[in-house]
Amino acid sequence: MQDMLLEYLPVLIFIAIATAVAAIAIGASYVVAPRNPDSEKDSAYECGFEAFDDARSKFQVRFYLVAILFIIFDLEVAFLFPWAVSLGAIGMFGFWSMMVFLGVLTIGFIYEWRKGALEWE
Amino acid sequence: MIVQGLIFYMLAAIMVASAFMVVTSRNPVHSVLWLILAFVNSAGLFLLLGAEFVAMLVVVVYVGAVAVLFLFVVMMLDINYLKVREGFLTYLPMGAALGVVLLCEIAVLAGGWTMAPEAMGLRAVPAPEPGTISNSQALGQVIYTDYVYLFQAAGLVLLVAMIGSIMLTHRSHPNVRRQKVADQIARRKERTLKLNKVPTGKGIS
Repeated sequence: MQDMLLEYLPVLIFIAIATAVAAIAIGASYVVAPRNPDSEKDSAYECGFEAFDDARSKFQVRFYLVAILFIIFDLEVAFLFPWAVSLGAIGMFGFWSMMVFLGVLTIGFIYEWRKGALEWE
Repeated sequence: MIVQGLIFYMLAAIMVASAFMVVTSRNPVHSVLWLILAFVNSAGLFLLLGAEFVAMLVVVVYVGAVAVLFLFVVMMLDINYLKVREGFLTYLPMGAALGVVLLCEIAVLAGGWTMAPEAMGLRAVPAPEPGTISNSQALGQVIYTDYVYLFQAAGLVLLVAMIGSIMLTHRSHPNVRRQKVADQIARRKERTLKLNKVPTGKGIS
């Protein structure tokens, strides 16, 4: 347990260094850089016009479809990792149970391909 | 051990703080970013528990995919969030009362909690000795053989999710011209290009 956690010590050090560098970069620019804002400097600049509208607008729902298909295949891959590690111990039964699982998802993949869900019109 | 405790409290504190920011931040996109921070910290907590595989799954699935999905949902809904937040203070007592009731219920449940005498034994049976075997190996030895039906059911659930999301969100546009690579490659020079000898002073009709 302790050994396992010690293996992650470099990750912790890395996160600490990354946080420190980011904090120094932002903090130093906050402290050192000269700032004398006025209302004109702070106002939004949009080619000389006042901003017409909010920058937020509706996304097309198609992005959502791509994201959810990504999640599904992501989970499929997540099942593959322990299978690959323990394939020697689980034998032919484990191998074929994963093949059936992949077959079921391949049916879904063929369906979405034929439906044209992967096409970007 | 002390270092471990300190890291636990650091991760837990950052996680609670970022969860608080998820609820209170004005911009919903910022909320999703705080949520990602909470996910990463929960992965760290799983690591401290020794659940390496779950920690990596949290990073891959939650941070990598679910957070992106939340971001898309937030971007897709065109809601004026400032308007939604109006009346936050008027509804606050009601919400707080509900929260307190829920907390009391949890406290009552937790106070009357007793372990079934055989529960600890049952829990210890399928688990291999920690330290002798890695997390993902221990999982892999049971998922695909002992729990094969549940595993296949998970596959079917994923299939249903795939088909359902396509049915709900996919709209085919029949009039859109697509690039058909096979047709482009199959195109021959002779079928599209004709060389004509043009006689001088006459045209070609």
